[in-house]
Amino acid sequence: MITAPAVPEGEQQTLPIASNDDVVRARQLVRTLAQQCKLSLVDQTKLVTAASELARNTLVHGNGGTMRVGLVDKGGRRGVSAVFQDTGPGIPDLELALTDGWTSGGGMGLGLSGARRLTDEFAIDTEVGRGTVVTVVKWTR
Amino acid sequence: MAERQESERLVKLLSQQGDVLVGRWIEGVSHTLRGRLSVLELDRELRELYSALVEGLRAGGPDWRGEGWSEVRALLTELSRNRARQGFSPTETATAVFALKELLVPDTDTSQQDFAAYLELNRLVDALGLFTVETYSKTREEIIGAQAEQLLELSTPVVKLWDGVVAVPLVGTLDSARTQVVMEKLLQTLVDTGSEQAIIDITGVPAVDTEVAQHLLKTVVAARLMGAECTISGIRPQIAQTIVALGIQFGDIVTKATLADALKHALRRIGTSPEAAAATVRGAR
Amino acid sequence: MSERIPVLRIGDVLLVSIQTDLEDQSVLDLQEDLAERIVETGAQGVVIDITALEIVDSFVGRMLATTAAISRILDAETVLVGMRPAVAITLVELGLSLGGVRTALSLERGLAMLGRAGGVGAGRA
Ligand SMILES: Nc1ncnc2c1ncn2[C@@H]1O[C@H](COP(=O)(O)OP(=O)(O)O)[C@@H](O)[C@H]1O
Ligand SMILES: [Mg+2]
Repeated sequence: MITAPAVPEGEQQTLPIASNDDVVRARQLVRTLAQQCKLSLVDQTKLVTAASELARNTLVHGNGGTMRVGLVDKGGRRGVSAVFQDTGPGIPDLELALTDGWTSGGGMGLGLSGARRLTDEFAIDTEVGRGTVVTVVKWTR
Repeated sequence: MAERQESERLVKLLSQQGDVLVGRWIEGVSHTLRGRLSVLELDRELRELYSALVEGLRAGGPDWRGEGWSEVRALLTELSRNRARQGFSPTETATAVFALKELLVPDTDTSQQDFAAYLELNRLVDALGLFTVETYSKTREEIIGAQAEQLLELSTPVVKLWDGVVAVPLVGTLDSARTQVVMEKLLQTLVDTGSEQAIIDITGVPAVDTEVAQHLLKTVVAARLMGAECTISGIRPQIAQTIVALGIQFGDIVTKATLADALKHALRRIGTSPEAAAATVRGAR
Repeated sequence: MSERIPVLRIGDVLLVSIQTDLEDQSVLDLQEDLAERIVETGAQGVVIDITALEIVDSFVGRMLATTAAISRILDAETVLVGMRPAVAITLVELGLSLGGVRTALSLERGLAMLGRAGGVGAGRA
């Protein structure tokens, strides 16, 4: 998968994701940025929901990690990007993990596939034994 | 570095009779704008820009994209955005910058050094002029985008048909963006009016593509999640064929032939008989 | 320590109003508390009010569906009320339609719905 080049605009913030409370904080931080970026209410909700799913994956499947968020600009269009990074077990079969309803255990299996549908750009970089990086961007309409 | 020297020389040339040059510049520009911008405003704008320009040359040398020129770029951005909003043409906007060239005109007495500085100014002004035009057109695009959105809002009325029943009659070609806007508005109206019944009437829609059909479907499911029911009326045979051919599951969604049938159905669902409703309407006349 | 969401009892109905963004453990606690209270009180209905919620992700969505299923087994009906339009649109896109969960626009309608279904209270004209 490819990430289109997006230029960071202003400072990027990094948040640790090591507990359930951090997942809540991640949602709140993404919400604040989405408002700053003037995303529509529906788009804000979509992005925050995607972030919630991905932050939980970082915590539960990736054994914790970080979220880096910030405003981005591409050819005059503004957006919010969020990068979820962990050094956990990685995803052995990405296609399977992206299938609606597939979970390696305990979940609903809608986090990854849902987050892809809820955002405008979605990229995964994963390696077994090394960890996983998921990048999403939501652009203003 | 040769270019550095030229920048320094330019700083000197532009500062020597700074006031005279700025005055001439302002006069020239105000002429092209024919009084559509207040003299005071133009005066303030261009004076600020002029000192920023000299300062940029002094601190940043010839590299107008560099750190030392950030003030100039900020001021030019502001100028272009304002002009775009106030309805000036791109030519009128860029001319303000290009007119800077006329401030220094070489003649036969001009030294080699000054001539080089003059060429340097030309090069810079060209770059800054293009920067201005680019910012101008970006702003115009934003304005047009915002207007298109407003138009979209206006052209999609969600109407309250009865206490507890709202409807949106869709007319014309539906694209994905428009459908999305309409559907969001419909769902919000359900909350605002406390209505449990929504009718999407597509009698005036000649055809739908997969994406639009999916949006309609998702809206029905979203309405259900909110505690409301949606009826789709006026599905043309051709659209019914599309839906089947595309394999889209319309499932247990209620569809009716006409808006009137849909209203009858909705009234029954909220516990009002259509006959009683009709009597009320007659009574009101 | 996670905070516990209060479960109120109004006649035969249990009412939960989720006011804040919950961390996952609180969501699980709520599910557990509700099951216990249904048995304890013999409640016929459960109303979960999510008017204040700005998002519902798959974790909260699953809790809602599971709670509805559990209460059905315990002979109580669950109604979910007050889902915002943006939340509903997002939930559909996420892939959750909460098929087995009854819904209502407002708390008032939710309570009325339970009244009609279970013979509790006045019901709607
Ligand atoms: N950061 C991650 N590290 C390792 N595995 C992951 C990660 N994120 C997702 N996965 C794998 O992908 C599967 C699907 O993820 P998701 O769609 O969020 O469903 P769920 O979390 O409900 O299982 C997970 O069950 C897990 O096996
Ligand atoms: Mg998940």
